[in-house]
Amino acid sequence: MLNEEDRRITGTFSVNGRSRSWSFSPEATLLHVLRDHGHTEVKNGCEEGECGACLVLLDGKPVPSCQVFAATARDREITTVRALGTIHAPHPIQEAFVEVGAVQCGFCTPGIVLATAALLRENPNPSDEDIIHALDGQKCRCTGYVKIIEAVRLAARRGRHE
Amino acid sequence: MTPTGNVLGSTPRRADAWEKVSGRAEYVDDLSIPGLWFGGTLRSAVPRGRLRGISRRESFDWSRVVVVTASDLPGPNEVAMVRSDHPILAADAVNFVGQPLALVAAPDRQTLAAALGALVPDVEEAPAVLTLEEAQEGRTVIWGADNVLAAYVLGDEEDAVAEAFSRADRIVEGTYTTGYQEHLYLEPQGMVALPREDGGVEVTGSLQCPYYVHRALQRALGLEDHRIAVRQAVTGGGFGGKEDYPSVLAIHAALLARASGRPVKMVLGRNEDLRFSTKRHPSVVRHRTGVRSDGTLCAAEVDVLFDGGAYTTMSPVVLSRGALHALGAYRVPRARVTARALATNTPPNGAFRGFGAPQTIFAVERHMDLIARELGISPLEVRRRNLLRRGDRLPCGQILTEEPGASLVLERAQALAKYETRHGTLRKEGRGLGLSLFIHGGGFTGSGEEKIDGRVAVEIGAGGRVEILASSTEMGQGAATVLPQIGAQALGLPLDRIFHPAPATDRVPDSGPTVASRTVMVVGRILVGACEDLAAKVARRLEEAAGLPEGSVTWREGTFRGPGFPEKSFEGVLDQWKDRLQGLRGEGRYAPFPDLHWDDDAYRGDAYKDYSWGANVVEVAVDPDRHTLTLCAVTAVVEIGRAVHPLLAEGQVAGGTLQALGYGGMEDLRIDDRGRYLQDRLSTYSIPTALDAPDLVVEIAEIPSPRGPFGAKGLGELPINGGAPALASAVEDATGVFISTIPITGERLFAHRRDGLSDEPS
Ligand code: FES
Ligand code: FES
Repeated sequence: MLNEEDRRITGTFSVNGRSRSWSFSPEATLLHVLRDHGHTEVKNGCEEGECGACLVLLDGKPVPSCQVFAATARDREITTVRALGTIHAPHPIQEAFVEVGAVQCGFCTPGIVLATAALLRENPNPSDEDIIHALDGQKCRCTGYVKIIEAVRLAARRGRHE
Repeated sequence: MTPTGNVLGSTPRRADAWEKVSGRAEYVDDLSIPGLWFGGTLRSAVPRGRLRGISRRESFDWSRVVVVTASDLPGPNEVAMVRSDHPILAADAVNFVGQPLALVAAPDRQTLAAALGALVPDVEEAPAVLTLEEAQEGRTVIWGADNVLAAYVLGDEEDAVAEAFSRADRIVEGTYTTGYQEHLYLEPQGMVALPREDGGVEVTGSLQCPYYVHRALQRALGLEDHRIAVRQAVTGGGFGGKEDYPSVLAIHAALLARASGRPVKMVLGRNEDLRFSTKRHPSVVRHRTGVRSDGTLCAAEVDVLFDGGAYTTMSPVVLSRGALHALGAYRVPRARVTARALATNTPPNGAFRGFGAPQTIFAVERHMDLIARELGISPLEVRRRNLLRRGDRLPCGQILTEEPGASLVLERAQALAKYETRHGTLRKEGRGLGLSLFIHGGGFTGSGEEKIDGRVAVEIGAGGRVEILASSTEMGQGAATVLPQIGAQALGLPLDRIFHPAPATDRVPDSGPTVASRTVMVVGRILVGACEDLAAKVARRLEEAAGLPEGSVTWREGTFRGPGFPEKSFEGVLDQWKDRLQGLRGEGRYAPFPDLHWDDDAYRGDAYKDYSWGANVVEVAVDPDRHTLTLCAVTAVVEIGRAVHPLLAEGQVAGGTLQALGYGGMEDLRIDDRGRYLQDRLSTYSIPTALDAPDLVVEIAEIPSPRGPFGAKGLGELPINGGAPALASAVEDATGVFISTIPITGERLFAHRRDGLSDEPS
C-alpha cells in the first residue's frame, strides 16, 4: 500500500491573483487545501454544501469549496474574501456590512460578502427577491438576515453611484 | 453615577467588525500552532450498559498515537458543573449513545481516524430509558432513586390555590409539548490545549465562560489555579451551546496534550457536533387554570416536565428558570408551579438561549389563547385583562415595584401590525395573525449573582487607553462593543480610548459567565463601579501631585475639580499624565440590592433583579394542500430599559426572533429507538435561511431600570421566548386548528387538522 506521502498530487492554483503550487491528497476538498495553506478566511461550517461558510469564487462563480475536489480546481482562479479588501482598505461591500450592523459572530460573513460580490457583479441592480435568492445558500444563525439584506441593498446603491 | 459621556445609545461600528468582515478574525480552528496534534473521541454505540473493556487491534502501530481512558485520569472522573455526576470518560456505566469512552491524539487526521477505528469497545448492553414517559414510570431507574434530576415547587400553598379555584367560573386545562432544538452556532465547538513546562496547561477555545472551563480543568487535572490559563478565541456564536459543553472538550484536549506532550486540537465536525453536543430540553407542560367569565385569571396550577438527558449538566438551573417563567407576563392571584427534570439515556441537554423559559412561555401563551378561545374573547383582550402591572405579585412572591413594560410592548406591537383589526379576517386568504406577550428575568436567578460575586477591573494602559478586564466574552452579541460603551459613558471618554479584549483567566478577574442576559445589566453595572474606583484613584494621584490634602480633588459629572486646579476631563488627565498613570487599576465588585431578597429553601422572593418584556405579532400563510408554513411578516417589540447600542440591540432581537420561529416552525429534531438524533446533518436539521425569513419589524422601547447601568436591562435571551407561541397562534388564526405542540411540521399540522381541536367545518 502506498503511504500518504506517495499518494499526494500537486497542482497550481491562482489564489487571489497569486500563483500557488501545493501538494495534497487526491480526495482533498478545495476547502481543506485552502485552509491547510493559510487561507483560514474560508470557513468550515458543515462540509456538506449546506451552510455557505466555505464559499469561494471559482473563475468568478460562487461555489462551496467543501463540495469541490482540489484536483478539479487546478489551474483555475480562486477568489476568497481577502481579495476584496483589507482591514485598512475595505471593499464597499465590506463597508456596507460593517455600517448597517450585518456582522455579529462573523463566521458566516466571509461567505456572505463573497456571495454579495458575485451577485452585484452579475446584477448591479438587484431586487430584494434577487438578493434573497443569491443568499439562500448562505446560512446565518445570528442576524435573522434583516441587516444582511440591508447591507446588500446599501452596497448595490453605492455601487451604482460610483 | 451621572452619565458623563454621550456614547451610550449611540451606534459606533462594532469593535470586531473589520477583522470579521475581512476574514482576518481567527477562530480556534484558524490558529496556526507549530507541532499541533489532532484529538478525537471514541464513543459508545449503545444507549445504556456496562463498559467491560476497550481492546486495541494489533494491526495498528500504537506507538504513533496516545490513548487516554478513564483509568489514566489524574483526578476525579468528573466534569465539574452543577453536580459531579458527568464522567469525563465512561469508566463503567454507559448512559447514552455517543458517550466518550476513550480519547486519541495523533500527528495527523488520517492516523487519528485509523487509531479510533482500531479501538474496539466491549459494552454489555442494558435496558435504556429513552422517553419522558419511561423515565416517569420509573420501571427502569437510570439516575438516582427515581430518575429525577431536579424538582421544584413554587408559589402559593395548595389550600390557598384550591380556595381560589372555587371562585372561578370556569376551569381551562391544556397540555403543551416542545421538542429539542440545536443551537446551530455557525462555528462548531473547538478547543486547543497546550501543555506547559510547569506541568500546567493552557487552553484556547470557542467558549462563553472562561472560568467555568478553568474550574472544570482545575478539578479534573488536580492543578493549582496558576498552572491553568483559559483563553477565548474569536467565537462564532454560542446561544448557550458554548456554556457547558466546552468544559468537556477542554478537559479532553488538556488530557491529550498532557499525555502527548504536544499541543492538541479538538474541533468537532458539524455531524459530530449535532450528534453529541447539548440541545434545548424537550418539555411537557400542563396547565389548569381557574378563570372568571370576563377572562380574568383567579388561580393556576402548572406542572413542568423537562427531559434532561443522561446527566445533570445545567438541568436544575434551566428547570428553575422555566418554572419561574411558567405564568409568563400575567397576574394570577393564586398559583402553584411544580417542576421536574428527568433523566433519559440520551445525550445530556444543556444551556440554550432562554434557558427553560421558551418552553414554559410557549405553554402559557398557548394556554392564554385557549382561554380566549373557550371564553369567546380575543387573544389580545385576554392578555390586556391579565397582564402584569406595577404593584402586581409574581408566583414567587416578587412584587413589581417599577412600571413593567408588558402593556407598552403589547399595545405597540398590536398597533404596528394592526392586529386588532386584522385578526380573524385573513383565513379566507389562507393566512393568519398570531400574538404573543412575554417576559424574561435578567441575570442569575435568586441569589445567584450574590454567589457569583462578580469582579471587573479597568486599567490604564500604554498610550492612555483604558482596558476593561472582565471575563465576559464576545460571541457575536456585541460584548466587546457595549462594555466599552458603558465604560466610556461612565468615564466621559471617547470610545477609542477604552477597549475590552478577549478574556484570559490569567489576566482578568471572574466577572461570572457570559450567560443569562447578564453582561450589560450585571457586569456592566460592576464595570461602572470599577470606573468610579479608577476615577477616585486618579483624583488621589492628582492631589498628591499638587500637594493637596486628600479629598480636595473630586470627580463629578465627568470632571475633576479641586482648589486652585483647572477643571479637567478624564481624557484631559489621560492625555497629560498617561505615563504616570499607566498601570493604575480601578476595581469593581458586585453590589447587592438591599431591598431585594431571595429565600433559596422556600424558593420565594425576588427571583430576578428586573425583567425585560416583549411582544410578537406573526403573520403566516398556510399551504392548504402541503400543510407548509410561510412566514409573511413579523413584528417584534421589546422593552429593555435602555439600549446601549440600538443597532446591535436590533440585531439581537432580529436574530433571536428568527431562531424562535425556527424552533416553533421548522427545526425538527427527534431521536430514534437508540436515543440517537435522527436529524444529524445540516441537510436534515433545517434552520431558517434568507428565503424562510419574514419581513421583520423590530422596535425597541425603553423604561430605564434602577437595577442596571444607565437604566439598561437584559436583552440577549428575551427575543427567543415569543416567536414559537405567536407562530402557533397565527396558524390557529389561519386554519382554526389549535396547535399545542412544536415544531409545527407539515406532518404535525396535518395530524392536528385531522384529530385535534378545530373550529374548521368538518
Ligand atoms: S462548509 Fe461548505 S457549505 Fe458548509
Ligand atoms: S453572524 Fe453569526 S452566523 Fe452570521
